[in-house]
Amino acid sequence: MADLTTEFLGIKSPNPFWLASAPPTDKEYNVRRAFEAGWGGVVWKTLGEDGPPVVNVNGPRYGVVYGADRRVLGINNIELITDRDLYTNLEEIKRVKADYPDRAVIVSIMVPCEEQAWKTILPLVEDTGADGIELNFGCPHGMSERGMGAAVGQVPEYIEMVTKWCKQYYSKPVIVKLTPNITDIRKPAAAAMRGGADAVSLINTLNSITSVNLDTMSPEPSIDGKGTHGGYCGPAVKPIAMSMVSEIARNPETHGLPISGIGGITTWRDAAEYITLGCGNVQVCTAAMTYGFKVVQEMISGLSQWMDEKGYTSIQDFKGAAVPNTTDWQYLNLNYVAKAKIDQDACISCGRCYAACEDTSHQAIAMSPDRKFSVIDEECVACNLCVDVCPVENCISMVALKPGTVDPRTGKVVEAEYANWTTHPNNPAASAAE
Amino acid sequence: MNSPHTPGIVANRLDAETLAQNFADLHAPLTTHEAAVAADRCYFCHDAPCITACPTDIDIPLFIRQISTGTPEAAAKTIFEQNILGGMCARVCPTEDLCEQACVRELAEGKPVEIGRLQRYATDTLINKGGMPFARAAPTGKTVAVVGAGPAGLSCAHRLSMLGHDVTIFDSNQKPGGLNEYGIAAYKSTDDFAAKEIAWLCSIGGITIETGKALGAELSLDGLADAYDAVFLGVGLGGVNALSVEGAEKAVVADAVSLIKELRQTDDLASLPVGRNVLVIGGGMTAVDAAVQSKLLGAETVTIAYRRGREAMSASRYEQDLAATNGVKLMFNVMPKAIHGNGATAEIELEYTATKDGKLQGTGETVRLPADQIFRAIGQSLTMDAGLSLEGGKIAVTGAGRTSRSGVWAGGDCAAGGDDLTVTAVAEGRDAAMDIHATLMEGA
Repeated sequence: MADLTTEFLGIKSPNPFWLASAPPTDKEYNVRRAFEAGWGGVVWKTLGEDGPPVVNVNGPRYGVVYGADRRVLGINNIELITDRDLYTNLEEIKRVKADYPDRAVIVSIMVPCEEQAWKTILPLVEDTGADGIELNFGCPHGMSERGMGAAVGQVPEYIEMVTKWCKQYYSKPVIVKLTPNITDIRKPAAAAMRGGADAVSLINTLNSITSVNLDTMSPEPSIDGKGTHGGYCGPAVKPIAMSMVSEIARNPETHGLPISGIGGITTWRDAAEYITLGCGNVQVCTAAMTYGFKVVQEMISGLSQWMDEKGYTSIQDFKGAAVPNTTDWQYLNLNYVAKAKIDQDACISCGRCYAACEDTSHQAIAMSPDRKFSVIDEECVACNLCVDVCPVENCISMVALKPGTVDPRTGKVVEAEYANWTTHPNNPAASAAE
Repeated sequence: MNSPHTPGIVANRLDAETLAQNFADLHAPLTTHEAAVAADRCYFCHDAPCITACPTDIDIPLFIRQISTGTPEAAAKTIFEQNILGGMCARVCPTEDLCEQACVRELAEGKPVEIGRLQRYATDTLINKGGMPFARAAPTGKTVAVVGAGPAGLSCAHRLSMLGHDVTIFDSNQKPGGLNEYGIAAYKSTDDFAAKEIAWLCSIGGITIETGKALGAELSLDGLADAYDAVFLGVGLGGVNALSVEGAEKAVVADAVSLIKELRQTDDLASLPVGRNVLVIGGGMTAVDAAVQSKLLGAETVTIAYRRGREAMSASRYEQDLAATNGVKLMFNVMPKAIHGNGATAEIELEYTATKDGKLQGTGETVRLPADQIFRAIGQSLTMDAGLSLEGGKIAVTGAGRTSRSGVWAGGDCAAGGDDLTVTAVAEGRDAAMDIHATLMEGA
């Protein structure tokens, strides 16, 4: 069995699966249940400054987007940071960490952008014995209206400033959690790095309205007839999050900065994908909120089986393995030519590939009177849409043409050499390929 | 070549091709695509009712999730941790009465998640790859004798081996497997699966099987108790209850279990003789297995005669429907009164029954059916007598299979308590192994 032990910023955990700072990690009771279920670590739900705690709405906090069969694809949420007393939280964190020394316990913090506020709370957090802190610069609802959360994460200078304070007044690792509600994720990541952050974690949730109630004419979740945008998470946001992770991993300025990946991780495969894009571990929330803490058991068994099959003995063996293969469009090989191929034995004749190709793509699939579907190589541009909409796994595949063969669509011989847009004759800015 | 209409008990009623079709896998294995679609329907319920309904407590939602994420091998391990014979149970469990009946989608849509078939998909994947996901603990130096290589004995032996003990299994038959090998309808366990499963199970090591050795003949309980540190009895129920009815001594009244055994062991189904008009007396799975297979062998008519009402039948509704679908006629509230014939059986006379004053009684009204072959499937009984306390004709046990004799455990059909199901036998064998281990390691 592969060893899933993970060391992230020197913080050891028995596996790379941490629970993200969110409702599931709001109190001792939940966190203990999470550890008993097998989670490697938790990021405690965000603490605010001492004093009267924040208040939450008393109506619905979550909205949802369903796939078929009411499968939860995304949840949005308007819950604020912890609404429990600061000292109650701190005492609980201390107790839990003492009882679970082998698990990672990180404390998420969100206080105003004033040095004194951070200088006050950090020693209290340090005293809990927790392994590190995560700065919540991400929540896009409620707290951002008060100049915290995403309002900080959208201003790189603030990120740098607060991160510096944290490094000054706290001795253990500092993780900066980034908001995706920004044009270029590389900027806040670089700012965090300049401030001395030990790592970034991303993504926090996305601004979202999941649905509108057509009777009350208000967005869901509706509270007394009014709604507001909430933070969106779950499987639906994974592609956005992975792209942002890859940008930070690829950016020369931030390359090598440790990343904790967050966004829609539901299965072992999701986690493996994040890790190949450069993450040192992953954080999970929606999967636990949908299926309960036990869901981690599949993540552990699946990742372990896959690593065994691949011959990987530790997370380090494949961490970042996909980063060198993540590039800009302009460097993609334009001499690579593929064609769709339909496995007639696997085909169930639904015709979805035909509808997609005929109506919206390149009219490259032929349909016979007895509902046989076949690819017209002369038209196929290998766009992959037929593969994407086919309901049968591996029924349609993309087959690369061998160099030296003729592409029936263009009549040109497929060349073996790599050639990209930068040298393409149609590119006005092309440099001569010599 | 004979036909279903040939009088008497004859072979070759159907051609080889038809027979092969008739005795093919009752439920074809799921393809990867089918498994993915079936697995998608599982809700991953909390404290799932299906787990509670499983006598071996398999974590069903977890293994189905492991299938849906493309790791059927991990799913198989989840199954085997609780039930090392999960492959056979996937084929023979009355899931319609157990996990699938409890499935919340049965409640929601009348269509449960196909747990049994998904379990088969996962376990077949791993067994076909030949992987044994468990290793033996350090040797304890202890030895255990297991009598009976059926589900209870095999389950017990594997768990003991995992825990570091050396096990010898004795079985009176020529092949190991017990009812898995000899007592299950051929279309439920095809391609010699019982033998393959045993070879896989034993690949953990530390298990020796000695066949052709029976308690009371080659073996004695005293001898085993002297030679081994512990003894587990999983001998099953070797006797067949007799039919006390006028004419029952006629040779053509046969045991249903013998027919089932012959069907499983033959290389040539066409060579097995079967009656034109077959009557099976009984109301359990054995009755259904014998009746359906008689029909599949080419009998023209097959009737199950059961003395109580449908609701009391121990064969599940699914099994009853399987029989009906195959053209078997189910008669309820009838009991055999007399077998008529001149040298050979020709007719059976059944008397209708009714419950009067809480007692099942004949009403006096009778009906005669043509029947040239009669099978009795009215229960099996314990044949072993080794001085152990009995309860209801079976070995009395307390706790995890402890018999009245110290150092001797029992489980499966031969032990009192629990349903006589493969899966129950597996659970009892496993739990007895844990208790044997705890007992042997006391003070160690």
